Amino acid sequence: MNKVMSNKAVIALYVLPALILIVGLIYGPMLLTGYYGLMEWNGMATMTFVGIENYIDLIQDPKFWESAKHSFLLAFFSTLSLAGYLIVSLVLAGKIKGSDLFRKIYLIPMLLSSVAIAQLWIKIYDPNNGMLNSLLMSMGVETPPSWLADTNLVLYAIFVAILWQYAGFYIIIYYAALKGIPESLVEAAKIDGANPIQIAYKIKVPLISGVIKVTVVLAIVGSLKYFDLIYVMTGGGPNGASEVIASYMYKKAFDTFDFGYGSAIAFFLLIITLIVTWLTRKLTATEDEVQY
Amino acid sequence: MKHVWKKLLLLIAFAIVLVLAACGGDSDEASSGENESGSGGDVKTIEFMHLWPEGSSKQHYEIVEGIIDEYESNHSDVKVEVEILSNEQYKEKLKVLSTSNELPDVGMTWAAGFLEPYVSGNMFASLDDLLEGPLKDKFVPGTAEAYAIDDTTYGLPLELNITPLFYNKAIFEENGVEVPETFEEFKQVVQTLVDNGVTPIALGNKDRWTGSMWYMYLADRIGGPQSLNNAINRTGSFEDPALVQAAEELKSLVDMGAFLNGYNGLGNDEAKGYFINEQAAMYLMGSWDLPEWTTNEDNPQEFRDSIGYMKFPVVEGGEGDKDSFVGGPGVGLFVAENSDVKEEAKDFVSFFVEKWGEQSVEKAGVIPATKVDTEGTDLPQMYVDVLNDLNQASNITLYADVQMSAAVAEVHLDMIQALFGDAVSPEEFVKEQENALAQEE
Repeated sequence: MNKVMSNKAVIALYVLPALILIVGLIYGPMLLTGYYGLMEWNGMATMTFVGIENYIDLIQDPKFWESAKHSFLLAFFSTLSLAGYLIVSLVLAGKIKGSDLFRKIYLIPMLLSSVAIAQLWIKIYDPNNGMLNSLLMSMGVETPPSWLADTNLVLYAIFVAILWQYAGFYIIIYYAALKGIPESLVEAAKIDGANPIQIAYKIKVPLISGVIKVTVVLAIVGSLKYFDLIYVMTGGGPNGASEVIASYMYKKAFDTFDFGYGSAIAFFLLIITLIVTWLTRKLTATEDEVQY
Repeated sequence: MKHVWKKLLLLIAFAIVLVLAACGGDSDEASSGENESGSGGDVKTIEFMHLWPEGSSKQHYEIVEGIIDEYESNHSDVKVEVEILSNEQYKEKLKVLSTSNELPDVGMTWAAGFLEPYVSGNMFASLDDLLEGPLKDKFVPGTAEAYAIDDTTYGLPLELNITPLFYNKAIFEENGVEVPETFEEFKQVVQTLVDNGVTPIALGNKDRWTGSMWYMYLADRIGGPQSLNNAINRTGSFEDPALVQAAEELKSLVDMGAFLNGYNGLGNDEAKGYFINEQAAMYLMGSWDLPEWTTNEDNPQEFRDSIGYMKFPVVEGGEGDKDSFVGGPGVGLFVAENSDVKEEAKDFVSFFVEKWGEQSVEKAGVIPATKVDTEGTDLPQMYVDVLNDLNQASNITLYADVQMSAAVAEVHLDMIQALFGDAVSPEEFVKEQENALAQEE
């Protein structure tokens, strides 16, 4: 058996199928996208090579930077919200009554498809018949805002829906990590007279810092390439007030048949995401990994 | 060590061959199938792709099946092979097939802007010979023309739509207002409704083409049908005073509170919901919605009875008349340029268009692009009225976003939303569009 596994040809044979799939389905298309970004192409007729013209246009395109700003804002709020999710998880992981029920409630959004969630929030935000405005009116607000039509509010209205959508995902990750902390450590701290807040802050959170780092990267990367809920709820409107990089890319490539430009945006997005991921990891790097 | 690499290379080559073989399998089968049928009694196969699945468009689907059966029984040497996809998938697949030059022999397309990239890629065959021959004078004027590029027609329309202004008679009566003839009267109606706390107009402008129709009508009534068309086909300018005035009039409606609260964030379907729930008095929408107001059992009978429609009011001193409509042909049929059975495909298309025209109104509630004789058919009154209006129409202006290229249409639609959202002035509104149009010249 050992002899077989040390045979390089055999190793290659075993690795090959996965390698072909990954290169063919992931890395290949990525490079192709970068290549298409150098073309003027409507998606079907002949391609014309235009060099880095698309990328130059991109850098000078105020609409692109507007949507990039929205994507980064989303990344910022998503990262901030992680703190909230962490607090919820700390409470749920403690021995409180009904934590099991709450865990399930928080998980529900994860079970719904994005389109269903979008429809749900469209109904909630409906300016005249919606739940939110009916509530506001019953509390005496005479002209509540039309959330998805107001260029100043629409972005934040959607963020709330997105944060709600992902709450369960992060809470479950934190919850699982917290449950992995040995009970003896918490007991020892209790004997030393630490109160629950101290235990959470000084013991539990540092012990799961590795997991927290992973979630920060996930939240940032996920926000930068976020698309579906925004596309269904507003299509990037009104007037680009909720446009993000991915929805702008889709609009350019598929609505205006500018595949070259769309590909350039996609490739640019890839590079931004790689840089931000690298930066995040650099900034949150710590030397010693926690060992129980 | 060397022989290891050799093996590896061989293996990669083998794997690539396998993958390619798997990809190519489909077309191999298809071509061998054709050969077989070709040798066995000269049966020719027409591949036909359409977008009316049995589940979601039952009546359409059945008419198509019926036409194909009839055609096949008339032509024993021809077999029609059907592939059906729903709308969005259909559009995606058509794009993919055309990039690999494997379009079906006959398929469906949309007019003007949609058609353009396919024609420039030399994918669709000219259908001029059908229009000169068997289908001469069968179409309502202006419909087949929407499928022409540089005087060559590449598609034959199956549907024709105009855009009536639907209104709720019960709400009008309750508020003591009459159907307006002029735009001044229309504004008074709006004002009365607003004063009485009733939403005058249901509009879902998240979709933007919905708002575009309002602008198009005002442009037509003020500047006549030419002003907007000329701006788009570049014999005129978008900075035409009539087009500025249309934007100003639209803005005055917005300022009056004529449109449903939050319209820029609502989709068309949501807005329609307000109209159906009798929370809004008027709704400007294409005649494809006629079944909603006549035969759709999901809407209560009293509601359907209370829906009427009017022609868009005229603007005093404007060029446009009451019988001019915003509208345009819906889907049409194309024949692939590189089809192996082009002649048969064309013959099938001609047969299909004619049969469709005879059956679609009565069986599916679709107004076909071919002329219809309403005598002796059993149709809801509103259909008959709309058909009669169509026959007397002085002009049909094709939807602006369909007339324009995809990139300019995007600017137009964005500007519509901005105008409705008070984000641009009427001058900026026309300027942006003029720039976009000029840039493409």
